[in-house]
Amino acid sequence: MMNTFQFDTTSLLVALPEIFLLSSIVVILLLDLFLTKGFKQVTYYLTQASLLMTGILSYSLIGQPETLIFGDSFVLDDMASVFKVFMMGSAMVAMVYSRHYLTQHDLFRGEYFVLVLLSILGMMVMVSGYSLLTLYLGLEILSLSLYTLIAIARKRSGAIEAALKYFVLGAIASGLLLYGMSMIYGISGSLNISEISAFASDANLASRETLIINFGLVFLVIGIAFKLGAVPFHMWVPDVYQGSPTSVTMFISTIPKIAAVAMLVRLLVDGLGSMHAYWSDLFMILALLSIALGSVVALMQTNIKRMLAYSTISHVGFVMLGFVTGVITGYGAATFYILVYVLMSLAAFGVIILLNKKGFEAEEISDYKGLSKSSPWFALMMLVVMLSMAGVPPFIGFYSKFFILQQVISAGFVTVAIIAVIFAVISAYYYLQIIKSMYFNDAEQELTIAAPMDMKLVLSINATLILVVGLFPDFWMKLALSLF
Amino acid sequence: MVSLSDYLILSAIIFCIGLVGIFVNRTNIITLLMCVELILVAVNTNFIAFSHFLGNEAGQIFVFFILTVAAAEVAIGLAILTLLFRNKGSINVDVTNSLKG
Repeated sequence: MMNTFQFDTTSLLVALPEIFLLSSIVVILLLDLFLTKGFKQVTYYLTQASLLMTGILSYSLIGQPETLIFGDSFVLDDMASVFKVFMMGSAMVAMVYSRHYLTQHDLFRGEYFVLVLLSILGMMVMVSGYSLLTLYLGLEILSLSLYTLIAIARKRSGAIEAALKYFVLGAIASGLLLYGMSMIYGISGSLNISEISAFASDANLASRETLIINFGLVFLVIGIAFKLGAVPFHMWVPDVYQGSPTSVTMFISTIPKIAAVAMLVRLLVDGLGSMHAYWSDLFMILALLSIALGSVVALMQTNIKRMLAYSTISHVGFVMLGFVTGVITGYGAATFYILVYVLMSLAAFGVIILLNKKGFEAEEISDYKGLSKSSPWFALMMLVVMLSMAGVPPFIGFYSKFFILQQVISAGFVTVAIIAVIFAVISAYYYLQIIKSMYFNDAEQELTIAAPMDMKLVLSINATLILVVGLFPDFWMKLALSLF
Repeated sequence: MVSLSDYLILSAIIFCIGLVGIFVNRTNIITLLMCVELILVAVNTNFIAFSHFLGNEAGQIFVFFILTVAAAEVAIGLAILTLLFRNKGSINVDVTNSLKG
C-alpha cells in the first residue's frame, strides 16, 4: 500500500502552518534561554505573533481542494483549515488571559508559552491527521504537553496531584485507543483512514470481519470519550479542572475539545462512517449519561472551576448527541456546538482570571458575591456568559442547543430530545446561582480588578461576541455545515 | 508454527493484566506506570503480529513510534512523581486524595 510513496516539495506547502509553528517553537524555546529576567515579555509577544501568523497561513489555505500528502496520512480540507483558524484565534485570547494570571501568581515562565504552542501543534496534527499513526502522534504531542503544563505550578500540591491523575488516566485512554487502532489495522490491513473507510463500507464484509471492526470500534469510542470527558470516562475532568492553575484549566477546557471532536470526525465519520449504526448506540448512552450527570452533580459544587467542569461534561453530551443523528446536518450542528462552547468557556474562565490577584484565586462561587456593585460591566459579561451557557435566547448558547435538538428530533429520537431539554433546564439552576450571588448578595470582601487594559478589552469583545454571533446564528451554522 | 490467534490471545492477556493492575493497585504509583507500559506492550505485540501475518510493514513502523512516545511518557510520569514526592513526601496512591472525587 505504501509502495507508491513519493515526496514532492509542493506537498510541504499544504503543511505550511504546522511547519511554521514548529519552527517558531524551536526559535522561541532557544531565544527564551538567553532572555534576562526583565525581557521575559518578549516570549509572550513572540508567541502571540507566531499564533497570529499560523492563523493567517491556515486562513490562506481555506477553499483549497481536498489534498492528501505524506503517503495519504495528512489531509488538508476546509474542516481542517477552519478548525485551525479558530484554534489560533482562541489560543491568542487564551494567552492574553493567561498572561495576567501568570504574572499575578509568579508562574510567568517562557516554558509555559512553549508548551502551549507545542500542544497546539499536536492539535493541528490531530485535526489534519488522516492515518491512525498521525492521529495518535498528534494526540500524544497534545497530551504530553498538557501534563507538563499542569505541573508547571510545581509548588502547589493540588496541581501536581491533578497532573498525576490526568497523566495516569490519559495514558490508559491512549492505551485503549491504541488497542482499538491495532484491531482496526489488523482487520483492514491499512493505517490510512481512506483505505479503512473503503474496507469498512464494502458490502461483502463477512460477519466475522464486522465483529472484529466492532471490537476495535468500542475501544476507539472509549478512547475518544476519555479525551472528551464524557460519562462514564469523566473521572479526571473535575479533579484536573480544580487542581490545575486556572489559566491551564481554561486552556484544557477549550481548544483540546475542538481537536478531540476533529479526531472523532476523522476516525468515526470519515473512517468508520459505514459502521454508524454500531457506534451511534454507544454515543447515545454516553451522551445521555453525560448530560444527566453533568447537570445534576454541578448543582452541589461550591468551587466554580469544579462547577464548570461538570458543565463541560454536560456540553460534551450535547455534542455527542449531534453525532448520534448520523446525518451531515447533525455533524454540522455538533461542530457548531463545540465552537460555540469554546467561545463561552473562554469568556467564563476569562472572568475568573480577571478577578485573580496575588493570593486570591476567585475559585469559590461565594467570591463572586457583590460583583455587580464593584464592577458592573464585568458582572454583566459574566451574566451574558452564564445565560448563554444555560441556553437562554438570544445568546448563541441557545442556538447551539436548538440546532442539536432540532437534528435529534428530525432523526426520530424525540424521547432523547425531551430528556436532554429537562436536564438543560435543571442545569440552568447553577448558572443562575452565580448570577444571583453577583447581583443579589453583598460582597464578603473587597473585589478589585488588577487586570491590564488589554485583558479587559479582549474579555469584553469575547463576551460581546456571544451576543453578536447569537444575532446571526444561521450564517455560522451554514459555515459549520459547509465543512462536511 | 505460532499462529496469529496465539499472539492475539497473549496480547489480550497482557492488556488485561495491565488494565486490571491500574484499578486494583492501591499502593504505589510506580506500579501504575508499569501497568501503563504493559498495556502499550500488548498493543505493540498486536501490531507486530498483524504486520507479520499481513505482510505489511506499516504496523511495525507504528510500533517504533509507540516505543518512542512511551519513553517520553515515562519521562514525564517520573518527573511528575518526583514533584509529588517533594510536595507530599510519599508516592503512595492514597496521598492523591486532596481533590475530592
